[in-house]
Amino acid sequence: MARIRFRDVRHAYPPPKGQEPVYALNEINQVWEDGGAYALLGPSGCGKTTLLNIISGLLTPSEGEILFDGKEVTDLPTSARQIAQVFQFPVVYDTMSVFDNLAFPLRNRGMDEKLVQQRVEQIAEMLDLTDNLKKRASGLTADGKQKISLGRGLVRSDVNAILFDEPLTVIDPHLKWQLRSKLKELHQQVGVTMIYVTHDQVEALTFAEKVVVMYEGIVVQVGTPVELFNHPRHTFVGYFIGSPGMNVLPCSIDGGQPVFGKNLLNIESRIKGQLQGKLEVGIRPEFVEFSDDGIPVRIEKVEDLGRYQVLTLTHESEIIKMVMAEDQTVPSENPRIQFDPHHTKIYCDDWVVEEAVNE
Amino acid sequence: MSIELRNVTFRVGAEWYIYETSLTLEPGDFNILLGTTLSGKTTLMRLMAGLERPTKGEIWASGKNVTGLPVQQRSVAMVYQSFINYPSFSVYENIASPLKVAGLGKKEIDEKVHRFADLLKLTPMLNRLPRELSGGQQQRTALARALVKGADLVLLDEPLANLDYKLREELRDELPKLFADTGATVVYATTEPLEALMLGGNTATLKEGRVVQFGRTSSIYRKPATLESAEVFSDPPINTAIISKQGDQAVLGEVASWSVPAELAALPDGEYKIGLRPHHLLLEEQGVEVDGTVQIAEISGSESIIRVKVNGNVWVSQTPGIHSFVYGEKIRIHFNSNNCIYFGADEKLIDL
Repeated sequence: MARIRFRDVRHAYPPPKGQEPVYALNEINQVWEDGGAYALLGPSGCGKTTLLNIISGLLTPSEGEILFDGKEVTDLPTSARQIAQVFQFPVVYDTMSVFDNLAFPLRNRGMDEKLVQQRVEQIAEMLDLTDNLKKRASGLTADGKQKISLGRGLVRSDVNAILFDEPLTVIDPHLKWQLRSKLKELHQQVGVTMIYVTHDQVEALTFAEKVVVMYEGIVVQVGTPVELFNHPRHTFVGYFIGSPGMNVLPCSIDGGQPVFGKNLLNIESRIKGQLQGKLEVGIRPEFVEFSDDGIPVRIEKVEDLGRYQVLTLTHESEIIKMVMAEDQTVPSENPRIQFDPHHTKIYCDDWVVEEAVNE
Repeated sequence: MSIELRNVTFRVGAEWYIYETSLTLEPGDFNILLGTTLSGKTTLMRLMAGLERPTKGEIWASGKNVTGLPVQQRSVAMVYQSFINYPSFSVYENIASPLKVAGLGKKEIDEKVHRFADLLKLTPMLNRLPRELSGGQQQRTALARALVKGADLVLLDEPLANLDYKLREELRDELPKLFADTGATVVYATTEPLEALMLGGNTATLKEGRVVQFGRTSSIYRKPATLESAEVFSDPPINTAIISKQGDQAVLGEVASWSVPAELAALPDGEYKIGLRPHHLLLEEQGVEVDGTVQIAEISGSESIIRVKVNGNVWVSQTPGIHSFVYGEKIRIHFNSNNCIYFGADEKLIDL
């Protein structure tokens, strides 16, 4: 088990002849604590898989260092890093039984057969594979095979970290939910560092203690699910976490307060000094509410999503999403809205203006 | 076109894929097939398309019996979960391909390709090859090709499953709008209840090769005809329990009791079942309280999902806020009895 540290890590894939390199990863400086459950979250192309491959040793970064418990491993091959990996699609030995598949990483390292037996049975139990131990892996469904892959990743107790690369992609939603809970339970029991790559916010937020949000090769925020929801540091975090994402609306500043359209918005504090750049106000759909003396809007659409309703509103040409309880009704005439001042944030060139929050 | 399945079954050897099913889809409607993998969604679509021939029963399209008519002779387009494009064709050529096959003139092809590229925001990429596109753009290309044909029946088999979460959100918003303009009858397969709600239209809940219920999406969600239909249409899983009705009281073991609506009170006493959606089971005080033991709690964004053992059943509470509990902790949870969905002992809805 290890604490993982990245020092000024950057990576560029070799560019086509005559072109400047484009960095897939930029200035990663991170410390991930031993025994933590981390999720790397971001859209495709954000650099999360590149970062994962740097941890596992499949890729050597163009610049910077990676350290496990203070020891540099930047140039060590995967085999010398004591890492277990679970991939998107099941990797199983079809001709072997489920038991032998699970035992494989242990026997490979010459573990005593009695201990192998014990450990395999324990993991099989956790993953509900006990009844299938004697079956040949080839006879299992895609779900079952992926469980074997998970089991093989989890079976060793001597690893520095377990890396999961979108491991639940092929799993049915109903089962996904169970497996996510299982993984979390397992993490609580074994306490090994787990790093989970996904583009799915629900997976990231349920699995991880800390979510590392990546966008265009940089880490835009590391935080607990609550921090990411309540205090998005970057407009991308606001947009990507939450469904629908945060409303990001153009604004100007007047007397330290944001102005949206012709409406002065009430926020917790005043903005000091002059801000240079693109100014925007961020408000989550959950923190928009109807109010008699608020901003006039037009209701374009009301969607019934079961437990809540999503409203699409417009003010002049700006679209604003709003979330409303399932039993709430829409005002019949002259709808007006207001933004919760505690959750209204100002962004300058996509980064949050901290003064607005901390003062 | 309208599509009608009349007592259709589909079997390969001894294995049943579809048990006897009758289903009518009206022209121009957006229809969702909702169920887990292996529930029969893809098979139903292949039967509708004419890619499979029913073992028994008939398929009618716009009032004509088309059973056994090959797919080439039907006006059908299909989009699959994994995007299928011609790798050596540009986006333009990909979209144009069905029109070329149909023998349309150059000018007409050009006009149509541009219209649908515009609709699917592909205009800037028309000259690129599929491998130079993102996953979302590739799937939009496949969608454009399906749309450009102007098929009367469009079958979409989990078309968004391989896309990024946020892209899915955007396309889900756009899809019903796109098809509303074309007048095509659409069938859309998904495993996700929330996706069905977002898309609206009609939903058929499927389980193990049977259509459990078919109707307007929101009414299937609010009034599931059977407990099974409610289970298919709930993620996290709907909470269920057996209650004993005594007069106007519902009794849940030793744990709780509450008053039932008058219509139910008037029915004979005995065993009934309830369904209670996870977001109606809360930590916040209200209505009925029950005590349980925590199995596991997980946090998702700004809410917590807590599995609680209540009177022998494992229930799930999806409750606002961040709450940490450890295994075995005793907690008290609450629900408003108005949110209970009641079923008879036969698991059929008691419509109140």
